[in-house]
Amino acid sequence: MLELRHRGGCPGPGGAVAPPPREGVAAGGDHENESTSDRETDIDDRYGDLDSRTDSDIPEIPPSSDRTPEILKKALSGLSSRWKNWWIRGILTLTMISLFFLIIYMGSFMLMLLVLGIQVKCFHEIITIGYRVYHSYDLPWFRTLSWYFLLCVNYFFYGETVADYFATFVQREEQLQFLIRYHRFISFALYLAGFCMFVLSLVKKHYRLQFYMFAWTHVTLLITVTQSHLVIQNLFEGMIWFLVPISSVICNDITAYLFGFFFGRTPLIKLSPKKTWEGFIGGFFSTVVFGFIAAYVLSKYQYFVCPVEYRSDVNSFVTDCEPSELFQLRSYSLPPFLKSVLRQETVSLYPFQIHSIAFSTFASLIGPFGGFFASGFKRAFKIKDFANTIPGHGGIMDRFDCQYLMATFVHVYITSFIRGPNPSKVLQQLLVLQPEQQLNIYKTLKTHLIEKGILQPTLKA
Amino acid sequence: MNELRLRAVREPDAPPEDKESEPEAKVDGETASDSESRAEATPLVTSVDDTPEVLNRALSNLSSRWKNWWVRGILTLAMIAFFFVIIYLGPMVLMIIVMCVQIKCFHEIITIGYNVYHSYDLPWFRTLSWYFLLCVNYFFYGETVTDYFFTLVQREEPLRILSKYHRFISFTLYLIGFCMFVLSLVKKHYRLQFYMFGWTHVTLLIVVTQSHLVIHNLFEGMIWFIVPISCVICNDIMAYMFGFFFGRTPLIKLSPKKTWEGFIGGFFATVLFGLLLSYVMSGYRCFVCPVEYNNDTNSFTVDCEPSDLFRLHEYNIPEVIQSAIGWKIVRMYPFQIHSIALSTFASLIGPFGGFFASGFKRAFKIKDFANTIPGHGGIMDRFDCQYLMATFVNVYIASFIRGPNPSKLIQQFMTLRPDQQLHIFNTLRSHLTEKGMLADATEN
Repeated sequence: MLELRHRGGCPGPGGAVAPPPREGVAAGGDHENESTSDRETDIDDRYGDLDSRTDSDIPEIPPSSDRTPEILKKALSGLSSRWKNWWIRGILTLTMISLFFLIIYMGSFMLMLLVLGIQVKCFHEIITIGYRVYHSYDLPWFRTLSWYFLLCVNYFFYGETVADYFATFVQREEQLQFLIRYHRFISFALYLAGFCMFVLSLVKKHYRLQFYMFAWTHVTLLITVTQSHLVIQNLFEGMIWFLVPISSVICNDITAYLFGFFFGRTPLIKLSPKKTWEGFIGGFFSTVVFGFIAAYVLSKYQYFVCPVEYRSDVNSFVTDCEPSELFQLRSYSLPPFLKSVLRQETVSLYPFQIHSIAFSTFASLIGPFGGFFASGFKRAFKIKDFANTIPGHGGIMDRFDCQYLMATFVHVYITSFIRGPNPSKVLQQLLVLQPEQQLNIYKTLKTHLIEKGILQPTLKA
Repeated sequence: MNELRLRAVREPDAPPEDKESEPEAKVDGETASDSESRAEATPLVTSVDDTPEVLNRALSNLSSRWKNWWVRGILTLAMIAFFFVIIYLGPMVLMIIVMCVQIKCFHEIITIGYNVYHSYDLPWFRTLSWYFLLCVNYFFYGETVTDYFFTLVQREEPLRILSKYHRFISFTLYLIGFCMFVLSLVKKHYRLQFYMFGWTHVTLLIVVTQSHLVIHNLFEGMIWFIVPISCVICNDIMAYMFGFFFGRTPLIKLSPKKTWEGFIGGFFATVLFGLLLSYVMSGYRCFVCPVEYNNDTNSFTVDCEPSDLFRLHEYNIPEVIQSAIGWKIVRMYPFQIHSIALSTFASLIGPFGGFFASGFKRAFKIKDFANTIPGHGGIMDRFDCQYLMATFVNVYIASFIRGPNPSKLIQQFMTLRPDQQLHIFNTLRSHLTEKGMLADATEN
């Protein structure tokens, strides 16, 4: 990717930055200009300087080159630059949405891969920013270590969550059984190997830099990897738990932009001067309505509503079940004032639509804080966009910054209000216990089930 | 505490005069060569001599090297004695001490961050850091309490609601802190604020998770808490002694005072110590039994039938050692075999935690994390090697000793839907029948 090769110019005190916005810059002799070598002695102190100065002293890293494809440029060459930008953003938005629909059509497995791909790309973008800020390309080992930690953490999370869902598949294979049983130990050993490599790679005069990159990597992992795994867990709950929240955030983005574009007047927050109160409130109401409708439409199809399961016989994911109560139409009596407006006594709704109101509210009210956080981050490090992957929009991270909190919220919501723990995980853990413990639990469960009338008492105890 | 008030002082070149030049000054090599030209980069915390007056007078006649040795020695014995007292007082006090140590470590690391970034005048920041500490602790304690105090929690209505919606409540609290952070961003200070945000989160990740794993280990049985911590302490002391008397070959550039002789001598001494300590402790129920909360007496009890691990077994000695010792069999607790693994980790990998902390101190040009303990530095200085140990013990227990917590599983089971419960029950039954644990195979 281009941004791998971009190096920030040395922020000499008060000096202008000479950025290399060239396509495909060779990494080799083209080191950031003058002084890497003769600044060897005080690299750490340079960062001490950087840290304690205020932001204004740090020169900006100018935006990278224009990546708009040639065809678009030719088609839009006639328009003024404002409308041109509008059209580019519009076309790319439609392209992304169509891509999204295509992948949904292709199924859960493709969605999982997509989420994984996005996670890796987001991680890459944030780490690249770190490299640029700290000029740390020449640090020994560091890139290897960052990717290694990404691998470790992903291995750990995939082992904990996804393995539960593949329980039947896993039972068959002996080696997988071993990996599952000692999973935590293996993950910990892998992480420890990375940690020891980090300690051994500490180089005199670069300590501070290395610690910064270590912390940067860990915070990035905390943000991107945990979120993406929560997204996948939500996905396994049922594709609707994945689609409705993400669409609500996207809808909020788009409608807030549109409302702001046409009616925007009062600025919302200093961090993002282009956001307005009109956009915020207009976006809120449209998102709630949109969520309501999307939930209604999607709740009808088993494909979206059923938990995703892995069937070993067909070796693929299936969504096939009796829709739970949430997705069955129920009649609600309308409160009096709505009764007069709509002239109906009751209305048939899916209970899920009530939940979708909660999601849309969160997406509109708190989701933007994720966006403000990312804006603050970009201002802090004087970058315009996270990267240049999507013309007109910036990097992948720019599109996903508001989703950041949404995934956690949906997951917490599901575990608190919708269902308890994951049954296959409980089963998995039961099977791992000592036989005496299993027997004890068996007896306790039996008593409980008989009490509740779920199990008929048998002749033998 | 003094270090609260210390701000970065623009010091001239010489190392701080009021601290005796100790043989273990770790940062001299670095400090002298590369920082003296820049005022901002000098050591940030000027050390103040915290040694109590009484010790000062008693040792006033000795040379400074031996004086330091004595101060460290006396404080070491004081800390070990304190440790024994706490163990005697029981699990509840231990939990409180762990929590206090955690808070102090967090405070020390955050203070270093403040000093590095001169961020005392940042709006809100101190409040936010402590607020995040509170949130994360609330989350972890809630999860722990719910598991171990299940019956107590079910009885009290407010507690039951708090525990049922625990994750949601914790998430909301965290979110409030997050939104406050975003709203508190001030123009021209963005980078600083993001740095402190990152610093706080990494510190929480390190300090709070470790302390909660320590408490989990404690609930497993006090021996799982005492033996690992003692092994790390023993390794520290033994490596220091071996290094002091026999040390010759330096071990790693990061810590010039560590030597290979100390490392290897410490390893063997710690393994031996671990074996002996486990032998002694495995005999007592109060150390070996899981800590349980008794509803009737409303206190912690340690009373159980010791598990297999803590009953003497006879092992055949391999031929090689048979001729050396002249015994055919030896009676050991199986736990002692595990203690060898724990001691090995403490001696081989534990020091990496120490190197990490040394690297951190060099990176930020500080000599010690704080000045809480005279002669030793801050609390974090003492606990840096423990850092990885707690995680290792927890992972070890979960992987090799026992599986998941049965009472927690029952609890989770109760919250499932009836059809899920039935499905699990039937699977469990067929599994047990297969294994021959269930006598009958002809149930409906």
